[in-house]
Amino acid sequence: MDWTTLSALVVDGLAVGSIYALTAFGLTLVYGLLRVLHVAHAGVYAMGAYAGWLAFSAGGGLALALLAGAACAVGVGLFLERWFYRPLQGRPPLVPLIGSIGLFLAMGDLLRILFGPYQQGFPVLPPERVAGPITLPQLAVVGATAFLFLLVYGVVTRTPLGVGWKAIAQDAEMAAAVGIPLPRYTQAAFALASALAGAAGVFVGVYYNQIYPTMGAVPAYKALAVVVLGGLGSSWGTVVAGLLLGVVEAVAVAFLGTRFPPEGVAFVAMILVLLFRPQGLLATEPQG
Amino acid sequence: MYAVTVLTQLCIYAILTLSLNLVTGLAGQVSLGHAAFFGLGAYTVGVLTTRGFPFLTAWLLAAVVAAGWGLLLGSISLRLREDFLAIASIAFNFVVVAALLYLPYFGGAYGISGIPKPMGSVAFSVLVLATTLGVAWCHERLRRSDLGLAWMSLRESEAAAEALGVDVRRFKVTAFVLGTGLAGVAGGLYAAYIGVIRPEDFGFPLSVTLLAMVAVGGMGTMWGPLAGAFLLGGFAQAFAFVHNYQLVLYGLLLAVVMRYRPQGLLGRRPT
Repeated sequence: MDWTTLSALVVDGLAVGSIYALTAFGLTLVYGLLRVLHVAHAGVYAMGAYAGWLAFSAGGGLALALLAGAACAVGVGLFLERWFYRPLQGRPPLVPLIGSIGLFLAMGDLLRILFGPYQQGFPVLPPERVAGPITLPQLAVVGATAFLFLLVYGVVTRTPLGVGWKAIAQDAEMAAAVGIPLPRYTQAAFALASALAGAAGVFVGVYYNQIYPTMGAVPAYKALAVVVLGGLGSSWGTVVAGLLLGVVEAVAVAFLGTRFPPEGVAFVAMILVLLFRPQGLLATEPQG
Repeated sequence: MYAVTVLTQLCIYAILTLSLNLVTGLAGQVSLGHAAFFGLGAYTVGVLTTRGFPFLTAWLLAAVVAAGWGLLLGSISLRLREDFLAIASIAFNFVVVAALLYLPYFGGAYGISGIPKPMGSVAFSVLVLATTLGVAWCHERLRRSDLGLAWMSLRESEAAAEALGVDVRRFKVTAFVLGTGLAGVAGGLYAAYIGVIRPEDFGFPLSVTLLAMVAVGGMGTMWGPLAGAFLLGGFAQAFAFVHNYQLVLYGLLLAVVMRYRPQGLLGRRPT
């Protein structure tokens, strides 16, 4: 394999990995606060993509599409937190997990009923090359993701919100005892997680120029692998793992051919990490 | 005839939910990869009977193969906390399906066809029904045995169970081996009954369905998993008239049951 092909694969992997990182980050954030695996997050992502597509088709530009996608996702995410996750706090983790999978299935199918089972064209940016093997959609997706994570980094490290999340993740009872309003902070986390997922949904439209009702299926399960690879509860580990998985997958598929299902790559990597580094790639403390 | 076919399918679901209940309902180890063991059993029977082995030998080996992989997942589970275990079992499911797709020996995406049935259709359905009753009986005996008590103790609190001298590691692995072995039994029956098996029949969605059946019916009881299997398994038949809205209704049913009756329809409210 020559250098040009490899670099094209890496860039492609980074763009796909950006979408993984954006969706998986929310999953990690929610897991850190509530200790539930929020599978319906992938449904939020698909709904965001469709909202963005509607805004775009109605004549709005890319900015409006992103705004609509994120806004719709935030609305759905906040509703799920209030109606579903909050009342189920303290139940065995299996209960919200099963319900969450049910919600995810219902959301994907709702999109199919509303907009049809076929792919919807979402031609936001022309796929022309800007520099070397990099195309304009790739540059847009990776650049916008980097910008979003810079913002998130600011929120997490420089605001009371970030400090509160850290406190709740470490010990929710203690955090409540020192006066951190848990419901409000949890809502804020769901809002941020959903906004990123909605943006990721629109980025899928930017990158592949199409969206479809079951588009959430791949991130739904793959995001779980990304979350484990990064270390369950380690947000920045998740981001690194998402980008890494995108690149590894792109290269592995090029080597193994398309007959090997790409999900296999993610999950083989995950089993290896679970066996040899169960605390995740970046985390320093062992799981306890 | 249609009724017999549906009933046979539901019975196979019932064997699967009862076996999953041993692992998840009684021992408290969340498994989202049960369909993989079902598939391993089905492929064992598929591969062996199409190469001339008698059904009974193949069926027995199906249970052994599934239990062997269950032993592996069970040993891995010792190293993992519950959420990690749930995700690891998902990974196991995806990897098994990927391997079945990738290895030409197993027929790739087309799977294995022409699996012979050892007897007539109706007689085979009777065998499936008898096996289901047998599995339900074993399930009940296990649940009321010392083994069952040990499982429930580690479900309630691993630390407390360990402090009382329960060998947590041994009982976890036992639950996995028995549960996955019975899933292999169900797989063997399914392969011979249907005649054609493909990797996609044993994917993660089926694992979700099985766990949902157990959870909606009521974990840890005997009637819960049975009711779940018949209720959600029969759901497709019952709601055939609203075919277009089936999946939406199914997803909402899971969410609403978990939201308003977290212990499942027949489960007991935790005290």
